[in-house]
Amino acid sequence: MSSQLAEILAPFKGKKGVTIPALQQVQEELGYLPREAIDEVSKTLRISASEIYGVITFYAQFRTSPRGRHVVRVCRGTACHVRGGGVVLDQVKIDLGIDENENTEDMEYTLETVACIGACALAPAMVIDEDTFGKVSPGKVSEIFASRRGDN
Amino acid sequence: MTHHEGNGNKRAMLVCEGTGCVSSRSVYIREELQKELTNHGLADSVEVKPTGCHGFCEKGPIVIVEPDGIFYCNVKEKDAAEIVESHLKGGTPVERLFYKDPATKTLIPKYEDIDFYKKQQRIVLRNCGHINPESIDDYIGVGGYEGLKQVLSGMSPEQVIDEVTKSGLRGRGGAGFPTGRKWAGALKSERTPKYVVCNADEGDPGAFMDRSTLEADPHAVMEGMAICGYAIGSNHGYIYVRAEYPLAINRLKIAIEQAKERGFLGENIMGSGFSFNLEIAQGAGAFVCGEASALMYSIEGKRGMPRVKPPRSVESGLYTMPTVLNNVKSFATVPVIISNGGEWFAGIGSPNSPGTAVFALTGKVVNSGLVEVPMGATLREIIFGIGGGVMGGREFKAVQTGGPSGGCLPADQLDLPVDFDSLDSAGSIMGSGGMVVMDKRTCMVDVARFFLSFTQEESCGKCNPCRIGTELVLEVLERICEGKGKPGDIELLEEWSQTIIKGSLCGLGKSAPNPVLSTIRYFRDEYEAHINEQRCPGGICKELISFSIDEELCKGCGLCAKNCPTKAVILFEKKQPVKLDQEKCINCGTCYDACKFDAVIVK
Repeated sequence: MSSQLAEILAPFKGKKGVTIPALQQVQEELGYLPREAIDEVSKTLRISASEIYGVITFYAQFRTSPRGRHVVRVCRGTACHVRGGGVVLDQVKIDLGIDENENTEDMEYTLETVACIGACALAPAMVIDEDTFGKVSPGKVSEIFASRRGDN
Repeated sequence: MTHHEGNGNKRAMLVCEGTGCVSSRSVYIREELQKELTNHGLADSVEVKPTGCHGFCEKGPIVIVEPDGIFYCNVKEKDAAEIVESHLKGGTPVERLFYKDPATKTLIPKYEDIDFYKKQQRIVLRNCGHINPESIDDYIGVGGYEGLKQVLSGMSPEQVIDEVTKSGLRGRGGAGFPTGRKWAGALKSERTPKYVVCNADEGDPGAFMDRSTLEADPHAVMEGMAICGYAIGSNHGYIYVRAEYPLAINRLKIAIEQAKERGFLGENIMGSGFSFNLEIAQGAGAFVCGEASALMYSIEGKRGMPRVKPPRSVESGLYTMPTVLNNVKSFATVPVIISNGGEWFAGIGSPNSPGTAVFALTGKVVNSGLVEVPMGATLREIIFGIGGGVMGGREFKAVQTGGPSGGCLPADQLDLPVDFDSLDSAGSIMGSGGMVVMDKRTCMVDVARFFLSFTQEESCGKCNPCRIGTELVLEVLERICEGKGKPGDIELLEEWSQTIIKGSLCGLGKSAPNPVLSTIRYFRDEYEAHINEQRCPGGICKELISFSIDEELCKGCGLCAKNCPTKAVILFEKKQPVKLDQEKCINCGTCYDACKFDAVIVK
């Protein structure tokens, strides 16, 4: 992994203000930020690992553990909230059997919430990987997961 | 000059590819249209163009045929063949895809005749939906970069700032600080390098106008930044965009490359000796980074935590150098202020808040979408005139403006003219421009709890009043929603809110209690019902409500049973009233929303 990391980090060497883009690039390639990646970023940018860890924990985008194969993101924006986004989220939790920021045991799904995806006309909305599902209801949530499991 | 002139008389089909329409597969619709044109031998005479957000998101995906001005809504991939064959080839537009006016039931073929557009005045969104954001020629074709040309061919920095000052433009990020005064402050400083920063860290849930502007008209924002750079003596700008906006980032990257190639960015722009370069900085998911000092720390690669002011950013901003930070909409407005003159802009809107305001109109409103109106338009004109009123004809209860920093206004405030000052005195704010409509089935205590849970989570934790205060207020709101509120809780909320406002370091904390205070101010009776009677008048707080079926009204259509996630609603026989199994019911309200006959009762 360290040669891969060195390659990812090479363009950032010796530049100022690149901690966040460097971490974003590493996460893009590896899916998350493992301990050794943090050490490598620290060495390359000559910033202490603790300071980098401080940046990672400050921003919601960064993860220090791997995610499932598919990411389910339920929109928690205001428009979604007033149109029933809360009960949609409850139903996703029931169907997947996990809480926010958890992975299913088989690593098939990770459940996340997002502040707003900006598709407010489609509220309440849910995104699985790149596919957006608009105007969802608890019933529709169960249908979506049932059809993905193939037991339709 | 209209937007088709750049392309001669060639016909064009504009396919909206803003995030909303893309979510409804508009990219595939564009591909289908292209394929059908090729099949009919029309590929050379008709151009298919992707555009940014056209604004009428409720009716997406949207396809417009120019120069006819025909507006097609809710288009699907399978409609492509008919549009091309009937309209483009045969000359007969496809009526079934026209917009239908909900009041008069008439079909309206042209977008300029639809109330949603007719009642707007678009300055910031002037090009949105009309040009291909990935084509600099499209932008130049509508007068793009004329403002920058004018500035560089003879105006002094002072003259540029004078023009902006004369326009009365106030910061569109929400706080409304006079833009001209900010620029003048930065020009005065002799320290270099200076920086221009565009704040595109639009984090408010329910606001998407900055993203839409960047996705639909990136060059306008960049042109505004270059003009600012010239005015204050800066050669370097940053656009700070949320990483959650990949489409906006991608279109900005393309636009920056094109502008460099054509010499509108880079060294010695148009031979004037002025150089200006732009870089994109991606946010990483922290709401507080919308605050100026936090945003600048984030660009530097640090934790985005606000600092004490003064000094202001125009004295000590990015890397402690003089910096002008403005919102996307402010920069996008600057080129037209230069082209049309400050006086022209000052003549629009209300005296203390000139120009227009952009709102993301969402929630329980008929026409969700992006709306731009002159400052001083009333809430009623926006929500009912343009927005078409409340969904399902239900009763209007409140409108929330300004996102987590704003407040909720009730029906008796509907005639309030909307500008920076009037909203402020009514207990809300302009903020980012989110405008969420709420109907009677909305619990105002739950709304306050929703916003507080957001600000509590997003508080950076640097100062105690915000970090601890939001947590304490949230706890009280949660217990009220659960029916465990105590007498005195309302007064406690008011007292703690004042402490947070007075003691917090930055705008996030100072405005965090607004949703609580405004709901107490206008909907105190709902708080009292929760606390004294363990009753939720909006029918939302799960612990306090139960559902039942009115057997007289129930027609036995089974729609509720079909949608119920726990199979608690049982339809034994068609046309017979359904039964509700209370043991299985989770109080989600799906049946209530599904019922067309008001036969579901919530208590």
